[in-house]
Amino acid sequence: MLAALFDNVPLMIMLVGALVGTASTLVGTFLVLRGSSMLSDAISHSIVFGIVIVWLLTHQQSGPVQIVGAALAGILTVFLTEVLINSQRVKKDAAIGLVFPALFSAGVLLINLYARDVHIDAHTVLLGEIGFVWLDTLTLGDYRVPRSLVSMGVMTLLNALFVILFYKELKLATFDAALAKALGFAPGVLFYALLLLTSGTAVAAFDAVGAVLFVAFVIVPASAAYLLTDRLWLMFVYGTLISIASSVTGYYLAVAWNVSIGGMMAVMTGVFLALAFVAGPRYGLFAQLVRRRRQRRAVITHPPSGRPSTPRRY
Amino acid sequence: MALMELLRDYTLQNVVIGAGLLGLISGVLGSFAVLRKQSLLGETLSHAALPGVCLGFIVSGGRQMGSLLLGALLTGALAALTMLLLTRFSRLKTDAGLGITLSVFFAVGVVLLTHLQGMQNASQGGLESFLFGQAAATLRSDLWMMGAITLAALSLVALLWKEFKLVSFDPQFAGSLGLPVVWLEIGLTVMIALAVVVGLQMVGVVLMASMIIAPAVAARQWSRRLEGMVTIAALIGIVAGISGALLSALARGLATGPLIVLSVSAIALVSLLLAPGRGLLWEMLQRWRNRRQLQRRLLDMRREK
Repeated sequence: MLAALFDNVPLMIMLVGALVGTASTLVGTFLVLRGSSMLSDAISHSIVFGIVIVWLLTHQQSGPVQIVGAALAGILTVFLTEVLINSQRVKKDAAIGLVFPALFSAGVLLINLYARDVHIDAHTVLLGEIGFVWLDTLTLGDYRVPRSLVSMGVMTLLNALFVILFYKELKLATFDAALAKALGFAPGVLFYALLLLTSGTAVAAFDAVGAVLFVAFVIVPASAAYLLTDRLWLMFVYGTLISIASSVTGYYLAVAWNVSIGGMMAVMTGVFLALAFVAGPRYGLFAQLVRRRRQRRAVITHPPSGRPSTPRRY
Repeated sequence: MALMELLRDYTLQNVVIGAGLLGLISGVLGSFAVLRKQSLLGETLSHAALPGVCLGFIVSGGRQMGSLLLGALLTGALAALTMLLLTRFSRLKTDAGLGITLSVFFAVGVVLLTHLQGMQNASQGGLESFLFGQAAATLRSDLWMMGAITLAALSLVALLWKEFKLVSFDPQFAGSLGLPVVWLEIGLTVMIALAVVVGLQMVGVVLMASMIIAPAVAARQWSRRLEGMVTIAALIGIVAGISGALLSALARGLATGPLIVLSVSAIALVSLLLAPGRGLLWEMLQRWRNRRQLQRRLLDMRREK
């Protein structure tokens, strides 16, 4: 029965998409809250450099070595960016934009020079091929399981474990870094661990969605959740739900229109964000409008000073 | 004399001129972007150009440079507007706004790109090249268009120099003087989109960010005045563009875009380290000298006792 499940191609594709979204949301929530979302863009580009280097050294295209090696490239990006910021010559945004294009270019050139025959060509680097994840399988026990499903499952578990184990510390470090430091929680170390997991997730998701679409899965569901709730744990719930919904709807729309599945899933995260932006219960455009109108009416009928007031035109 | 022969090569001439134009426009406009702390806007706008390129292709039915660039400009402007709406009317911060716009617009571009591939159109093969640029395919007619865009953007900068300067350094003061700050900021944003459009053919949407940022950061090291910074940034952009283009011609199979980006990054690195006054090595030397001087003075004082 389980074998039939793993042979079900659409289910496998949607499952990989949902796992990419869930694993990314777990780390993305903190990035969005900290105001460092663009680091995910930098990391996902730089890991191309790491992937090529690891391939040149070990000739391994996947597996734990590849994930750890490439994830270190992500950390290198963050480290170099911080070095630039601390030199006080460059602002934060410019520092990010200086480091990752250089590493990414070096990666692309190395692919051009040494890795022409490998499957890591420039096209998949950017877009991934989630539609083909079921072609590359592993044998686990008696079952043949898509490799991406295994690596994404492991990354999701790792991220979830990290968030659950360090929930209190992460919360404190995100909302009040100064207090966290004063209490001896080393928010810097925690942040680097978070970014290491982000890089690992990016590498694991690389075959499926590529470097740029990965950014959508990290930032967009978490941002949509941020527009829906004030509770941190609910942000994870909403983000995960939006990821799953985007993956399912994205798959069927992509099949119906015969377009890129990964691309359509990413577009759907954008659609859900737009919905949250317009119709969110408290911070949505519509809710803001209603609240403002109600307040205006209250002021007109019950003016705060008690004097009868003439309605003012705005 | 291999270099002279190379320079006489028609394709290479086109690439070199195109790369030089890109360096010029992105150096000048990037200076304003970096000073206004909007460095990553170039990254977002360039990714957002992808759906525009595809739309231009669908509308015109072919790989016509004009309509592709017009489409890119259109979706770039739309992306800038989306970002503004997201950050102005919700509690999302700038970084989230940039990331959301970048990734979702790019995803729409990917969907359109695969849609075009599904249509089995013979001439769509060139579209994917906009991801990394396809400098070698630059035509003379493309150069005229890139030149015209560069000229228009530069003359606008020259015309509104005082206003742009004021908005970049002190927008509140500019507003109090009665300048239309919002319109000036929109103007600067649209011009970054123009620079992106010029860069599409040369370095592609993915690497454009560094063409906006790196020359400006490097130039900031060498000058304390806006005039100087903009001029130096333009020069650095041109030098990086041309050297990248020449380097890629030296060996077969070397992509032009990444080489241009690596050259401009190398110049930025050297400037950060070595520029007199602001360079990091310079500062280290100064610190070492100060320490020596202090030690000597302390010794003198001790001796006097």
